[in-house]
Amino acid sequence: MQNHFDVIVIGAGAAGLTAGIYLSRAKVNTLILNEGAIGGQMVLTHEIANYPGVESISGYELARIMKSQAQKFGCTIKSNLKITNMNLQNEIKEITVNNKDVYTSSAVIIATGGKSRTIGSPGEDQFKGKGISYCATCDGDFFQNKEIVVVGGGNSALEEAVSLTKYASKVTIIHQFNHFQAFEHYVDEANNNPKISFIMESKIIEFTGDEKLSKVKIQNLATNEISEMEIAGVFIFIGYVPNTEKLDGIIELNEWKEIIVDKTLATSLKGVYAAGDSIAKRYRQVTTAVADGTIAALSAAEYINSLKKESVLA
Amino acid sequence: MLKTNLTHVLSEQEHAKLLQENENVMICCGRMGPMCIPVYESMEELENEYKNIKFADMEFDMPDARIIRNLPECRSFQGLPFVVYYKNGNVVKATSSIQSKEQITDILDKQFGKN
Ligand SMILES: Cc1cc2nc3c(=O)[nH]c(=O)nc-3n(C[C@H](O)[C@H](O)[C@H](O)COP(=O)(O)OP(=O)(O)OC[C@H]3O[C@@H](n4cnc5c(N)ncnc54)[C@H](O)[C@@H]3O)c2cc1C
Repeated sequence: MQNHFDVIVIGAGAAGLTAGIYLSRAKVNTLILNEGAIGGQMVLTHEIANYPGVESISGYELARIMKSQAQKFGCTIKSNLKITNMNLQNEIKEITVNNKDVYTSSAVIIATGGKSRTIGSPGEDQFKGKGISYCATCDGDFFQNKEIVVVGGGNSALEEAVSLTKYASKVTIIHQFNHFQAFEHYVDEANNNPKISFIMESKIIEFTGDEKLSKVKIQNLATNEISEMEIAGVFIFIGYVPNTEKLDGIIELNEWKEIIVDKTLATSLKGVYAAGDSIAKRYRQVTTAVADGTIAALSAAEYINSLKKESVLA
Repeated sequence: MLKTNLTHVLSEQEHAKLLQENENVMICCGRMGPMCIPVYESMEELENEYKNIKFADMEFDMPDARIIRNLPECRSFQGLPFVVYYKNGNVVKATSSIQSKEQITDILDKQFGKN
């Protein structure tokens, strides 16, 4: 059957592409289905300087190499599509794409990663690209000598707040807690930067403006007091959520909607494995995603071989 | 030059020629950054489907890109890429920041007719 594969990998980030490389190299007929751009979060990273063996590389370039490596071994990759239905319970897994094309396989690896968390307050969608940004290196220079806000209290928020002081005249960090989750050296660097100030225990509850964003409404979470702030731009770095919404009720997820896996990266469903940022784990890096992709691929290949042996014996 | 497989617009003259020679045009003006790359990738895929549309890119930082940067339709834009859709030489739609393939397809179907 033309649309049948040994393994279907869902997601073409670092984890999914690595799984594709290992499986295809082992002559396991593999299809990768990807919803967004190939590379996932790697494409969001201007420079990766902690991938062993490569001193410095852009995330886009690393993703491009991984993709071509997988394809060279014979992996089929389809991107920019929408998975509209998944039937993972049966021995033959069935995945429908764009409501029309059906692909089947004996095993599935879920490598759907994560996406930026949004604040979800009124106006956020309306002013995306018109004052609201999720990428400092992309949009920082639109805010030369302007006053901006950075939302968040983790490593990304503090690191980007410092980098945005190259452009902005003033950067105010708004964070929902009274302490930061970032490494101490990021906190120190922000504290020592004269252009940076802090509004703690607070959140933005509304974005307003005309053509562009011009004001935010801020709620103090300790006192419930509401204030307004005139502002040219807001950069949002409040972490990531796993892309597992389509799996809720199908496979076992934890309270944070991360996929629960065992040591072989098997999920609660037979023949279904998971890898990368979408699984329950502590550290989310390219290296850990690549390691997960490797383990899931080897486990899936072993599962496929066991099925083939069973069918020979039967 | 941007590292894409799209037609590159390298000057104001090329921009004018492109609009003159094609009824329906989509130009993505950006850099090789995280918000722009997914848009180029979608355009490369859509190029095979929508033969009635010319897909092109332009480097945001080249001086001649003012032809897009200074468009009244882009006045409020503060996020890369700036994407502009033209019909018969006139701007019919412009977007700022990343767009999904689905959002782009919706615009193409609405502005230029369903493929
Ligand atoms: C700004 C930023 C900077 C970073 N910097 C570094 C760094 O310097 N070094 C480092 O090691 N790590 C860094 N990281 C973390 C690292 O990028 C990630 O941990 C890693 O890339 C995760 O890979 P992944 O394959 O698990 O998931 P992702 O990269 O998220 O890939 C998942 C893929 O699955 C697709 N997908 C999602 N849902 C579906 C669906 N339903 N159907 C089909 N496809 C779907 C997505 O479109 C995506 O392509 C950074 C992350 C960010 C955001």
